Amino acid sequence: MLTIANKTFTSRLFTGTGKFPTYQSMQDSLEASGSELVTVALRRVNVKDKDDDMLAHLSHPRINLLPNTSGVRTAKEAVFAAQLAREALETQWVKLEIHPDPKYLLPDPIETLKATEELVKEGFVVLPYVHADPVLCKRLEEAGAAAVMPLGSPIGSNNGLKTLDFLKIIIEQSNVPVVIDAGLGVPSHAAQAMEIGADAVLVNTAIAVAQNPVEMAKAFKMAVEAGRMAYACGKGAISTQANPSSPLTEFLSYE
Amino acid sequence: MSEFKDLLSQYPPEKVHQALTNVTATRVEQTLAKKERDLEDFLVMISPAAAPYLEVMAQKSRQLTLQRFGNNMQLFAPLYLSNECQNICTYCGFSLDNKIPRKTLSDKEIMKEVEVLKGMGFEHILLVTGEANRTVGVDYLAHAIQLIKPHFANVSMEVQPLDQDEYERLISSGLHSVLVYQETYYRETYKIHHPKGKKSNFDYRLETPDRLGRAGIHKIGIGSLIGLEDWRVDSFYTAMHLRYLEKKYWQTKYAISFPRLRPFSGGQEPKVAMSDRELVQLICAYRLMDPDVELSLSTRETEHFRNHVIKLGITSMSAGSKTNPGGYAAGKESLEQFEISDERSPRKVADLLERNGYQPVWKDWDPILQGTFG
Ligand code: SF4
Repeated sequence: MLTIANKTFTSRLFTGTGKFPTYQSMQDSLEASGSELVTVALRRVNVKDKDDDMLAHLSHPRINLLPNTSGVRTAKEAVFAAQLAREALETQWVKLEIHPDPKYLLPDPIETLKATEELVKEGFVVLPYVHADPVLCKRLEEAGAAAVMPLGSPIGSNNGLKTLDFLKIIIEQSNVPVVIDAGLGVPSHAAQAMEIGADAVLVNTAIAVAQNPVEMAKAFKMAVEAGRMAYACGKGAISTQANPSSPLTEFLSYE
Repeated sequence: MSEFKDLLSQYPPEKVHQALTNVTATRVEQTLAKKERDLEDFLVMISPAAAPYLEVMAQKSRQLTLQRFGNNMQLFAPLYLSNECQNICTYCGFSLDNKIPRKTLSDKEIMKEVEVLKGMGFEHILLVTGEANRTVGVDYLAHAIQLIKPHFANVSMEVQPLDQDEYERLISSGLHSVLVYQETYYRETYKIHHPKGKKSNFDYRLETPDRLGRAGIHKIGIGSLIGLEDWRVDSFYTAMHLRYLEKKYWQTKYAISFPRLRPFSGGQEPKVAMSDRELVQLICAYRLMDPDVELSLSTRETEHFRNHVIKLGITSMSAGSKTNPGGYAAGKESLEQFEISDERSPRKVADLLERNGYQPVWKDWDPILQGTFG
């Protein structure tokens, strides 16, 4: 069971809502994914409209909405966006995305830290999207982030875990859940993320753009479960403790 | 980093033309086999030698577009505020020497247009005027933005080039993006087509995206008008401009348009015709060079062409457009800037997209993300 802030999750697969051909296929895929935390871009929903089409397709008792601030370029804009999201979607949770670079959508570490500090003060549950930077992740944790969301590779790139070495350090050092976000293109990428000990993964493009999004959502669900299971079993196998039988040092016991 | 003007002068049209002619089939094949492609590769892909590889380009372009943009198509509508213009442009219906009734919308008339456009479902709106600084100067524009902003998620503008401080003022009132086409990057040809008015200053227009970038605009749309000169050479310059801007103003998003000359009242025939095949080649070449750039298609193009090209790399399109001020609420009172080809209603265009597995996206922005409030 995964706990972030005060919520527990059975599923470790978080999903996004962009890029689907229809809201129906989005809804069906989310259903198949078993996901309990779903990101929604504030830019895509009509917060003034109570019957917004996208939101209507996301109202399911299992699904928790995680509004994101995609589109903002500064901490100040992010804070405004989070406040609006809180009011409109009635959630304290926010996925903090600050990318001043509109091409690769790479997150701004300085503004992200600033906004996290501010939002935590205001009582938000902040999940910042960041580069796989171990020091930054520690700083965010100290600032009160509820989890950290380092990227595997640039958003939508499907390139998998290009940042593997740094993700391992982040996971090893973190006291808050680590959710690997962005770049997971195929289920094996998600499985790998879980095998190295990520607490969860977030997948959007790979599911939304698949020929059959529903089947792909299922495949990711299984991959995340398999990866997690392997991580749980593998812990012993990769233990750095000495083995009970120590052929190299055995001779010492005869002294 | 040098200015774009200097960069441009290093590539005289003859040189670009020669390079285009020298491209071989082998070179095209090598380029298409690459994982990532640069400006030189763009030139290879728009060359006549690449024409036989159109299907391969289209396949790759479609796949890249899906990966980066998903099954989404952004929809927007132009809102013509005025057809007054102090310039002479040989290809435009609003040209000063064209004797048409002139009109600039009042607040009340703007709001009537807003009502109709809202009723059609639009959230992204493009404000358009001619260049008449006395009637539709920056004060008029700032006022218009204030007026319509509460009703739309995203406001763009395609008007005369402005100074940096004027852009800053409009951005702080909620302007999201500016479209400014160079028309042609051939200095000499530019002079011929813009004999009178402020627009005859080639360099001032050329440097507009720089002023916008410095002002901190979110998105800049550029393009060249297809028909004035060799489209391959002009498109190479446009792509070069794009690359230059992306590196310099890295916080700004970019969009490319491909306006082909359209008939208008009293107008001339295009000097250079571009076939549908060639336009597809150009669209795919942009996508293959720049997987993230927005590619936009207007209702200048025919229904048939638009129906097919949506799958090949385009990410945003206008629908149901009227190109005369007041056209949505009142119909054809004043003359249009150009005739549109695809006259289908926005709903019909959205149906077409859905039938093709695309989600019509009406809203993909919120003023709050800019720190401005609706
Ligand atoms: S293209 Fe623009 S500047 Fe030229 S005549 Fe038309 S409206 Fe005026």
